[in-house]
Amino acid sequence: MSIEVRNVSKRFGHFTALDNVSLDFPTGELVALLGPSGCGKTTLLRIIAGLETAESGSVLFHGEDATEREARERRVGFVFQHYALFRHMTVFENIAFGLRVKPRRERPGEEAIRDKVMSLLQLVQLDWLADRYPSQLSGGQRQRIALVRALAVEPKVLLLDEPFGALDAKVRKELRRWLRRLHDEIHVTSIFVTHDQEEALEVADRVVLMNRGRVEQIGTSEEVYEHPATPFVYGFLGSVNLFHGRAHDGVMRFGNIALQAPEYNNAENAPAVAYTRPHEIEVGRSAPGELGISARLKRALVVGPSARLELEREDDAGIIEAEIPSDLYRSLALREGETLLVRPRKTKVFLDAA
Amino acid sequence: MSASIALPLGGYSIPVRRRASGESVLVKWSLIAAALAFLTLFLFVPLAAVFCEALRKGFDAYIAALAEPDALASIQLTFLVAAVAVPANLVFGVAAAWAIARFEFRGKSLLLTLVDLPFSVSPIISGLIYVLMFGAQGWIGPWLQSHGLKILFALPGIVLATMFVTVPFVARELIPLMQEQGSEEEEAAIVLGASGWQTFCRVTLPNIKWGLLYGVILCNARAMGEFGAVSVVSGHIRGQTNTMPLHVEILYNEYQFAASFAVASLLALLALVTLALKSYVEWRARHETSEPIAEGPQQ
Repeated sequence: MSIEVRNVSKRFGHFTALDNVSLDFPTGELVALLGPSGCGKTTLLRIIAGLETAESGSVLFHGEDATEREARERRVGFVFQHYALFRHMTVFENIAFGLRVKPRRERPGEEAIRDKVMSLLQLVQLDWLADRYPSQLSGGQRQRIALVRALAVEPKVLLLDEPFGALDAKVRKELRRWLRRLHDEIHVTSIFVTHDQEEALEVADRVVLMNRGRVEQIGTSEEVYEHPATPFVYGFLGSVNLFHGRAHDGVMRFGNIALQAPEYNNAENAPAVAYTRPHEIEVGRSAPGELGISARLKRALVVGPSARLELEREDDAGIIEAEIPSDLYRSLALREGETLLVRPRKTKVFLDAA
Repeated sequence: MSASIALPLGGYSIPVRRRASGESVLVKWSLIAAALAFLTLFLFVPLAAVFCEALRKGFDAYIAALAEPDALASIQLTFLVAAVAVPANLVFGVAAAWAIARFEFRGKSLLLTLVDLPFSVSPIISGLIYVLMFGAQGWIGPWLQSHGLKILFALPGIVLATMFVTVPFVARELIPLMQEQGSEEEEAAIVLGASGWQTFCRVTLPNIKWGLLYGVILCNARAMGEFGAVSVVSGHIRGQTNTMPLHVEILYNEYQFAASFAVASLLALLALVTLALKSYVEWRARHETSEPIAEGPQQ
């Protein structure tokens, strides 16, 4: 089932959680809502689930307006960050809950409930835990049970609020691969909220980047990582170097470097910033006539296949981070304290709004 | 003095654990003795005295004192008052705790303070409030009188005064518990399709049941034992508006010591039962919330 969010706004007191957000979630996709805390991603998820009401705007399920529909009638599966398992019920009863509270004429018989619960438990390979209480499970087990409980009522949509946020790094990695496999198996439209960019890029079909209650960019992991639409997206998805300069007639200049920026053909001496990722920076010894920014190599950290360099610019003492292959680092025989020439290989120019 | 000593034990040595604080055994035992002496003097001896005095004239006299019509009436009235006041406060307590723990609203801290008010007001004042309102010279007393409704010096007044005094017990017990548990489980139930009533019965109530029971036990003990507020509004009509505590006082003032202590022994017995129930509930609540983490294959 597809979900559409139309012009949704929500304020908490003076804080704007969502500012006129419109989004489409196509059927069967696994979409990540990614952003820093307080960006409105959880609020949006809760509005879709019906646990929170929007001040304005509407939510459409399969083209039908569901804004006024109550949470219990929306047929969504919701997975909470802290699991929210019913602590006084066994794992079996937790999963059976959604079936047991159905109106009498829709409620399956005891046998059917047992079969359904056990087959779901087998799907996640946790059937041996059926008689345990939530307090007797590990964090990863609890979260998988919470997900199975949500699936038991055969929801049209699966909503996950920071599902792996409370788990340690190793379990988190395992579980997100598991979630991806599970989604490939059952293909229910899913939205999951996260502040972990690695998690979003690895698991989701598409990533929605949010900041301060607005959508910054929507795209596949590759699109948003390789072609960030805004400075915020650039900065949020991994480390980045900023070069301040001026854009004029489609050319951006900083230091002795000139970059083609045809999108700013009409700019007249406007302040601009060039964004470059550490691995898109070239480092070399200065030769006569070569262009670049001279910087002193302050620290070099060689771990595995790449060498991370921390360079201090000679003109304004700003720090530049660069990442080059370890082999190259060794063959250049760079020394800490040496003055080098730094050149961005690939950049994206944004006009400085401030 | 308290160094770690290795005791030779069949070729195997067990190190004696070093005590963290250096207090001597003398300090420990003198403190325990002081506490015990204090308890004996001010708690056990009076309690024993109540039962001794009650049985001084023999068991038959004891039974006779309790079976006396006025005594029976007071026992009946006490149970009747508790039977109305406790369920009423149970409903109010759950509603107030729910509102305070689950919602943000203007006047929340005021409501919290109001719930605590009966704790900070002298019971006599609580009783006087009702006299001021429902008395012959009170605000709505004349109107009630002209309509033939009797509140003061009758059952309704006693129930009202008791309810006022016992308001905090259930709510106070539940508010911190419900705040700590949060509302995620209830939200999960609703998203899974449960109605409000189903959510309350199947999720909320089981989660708060021990706290609720604890509050009800304390509330009941206070409702049956309340003296001050009830004394002001009851009018002390023998066989009609005397609860057990009031009846004890009247008998005592009339020098009927054995009968007085007989009724008092019932109240004391009630306190002991309350204590036992309270300990049991605490033990069950602790037992249920601390289960060991499962060991098993991780997948």
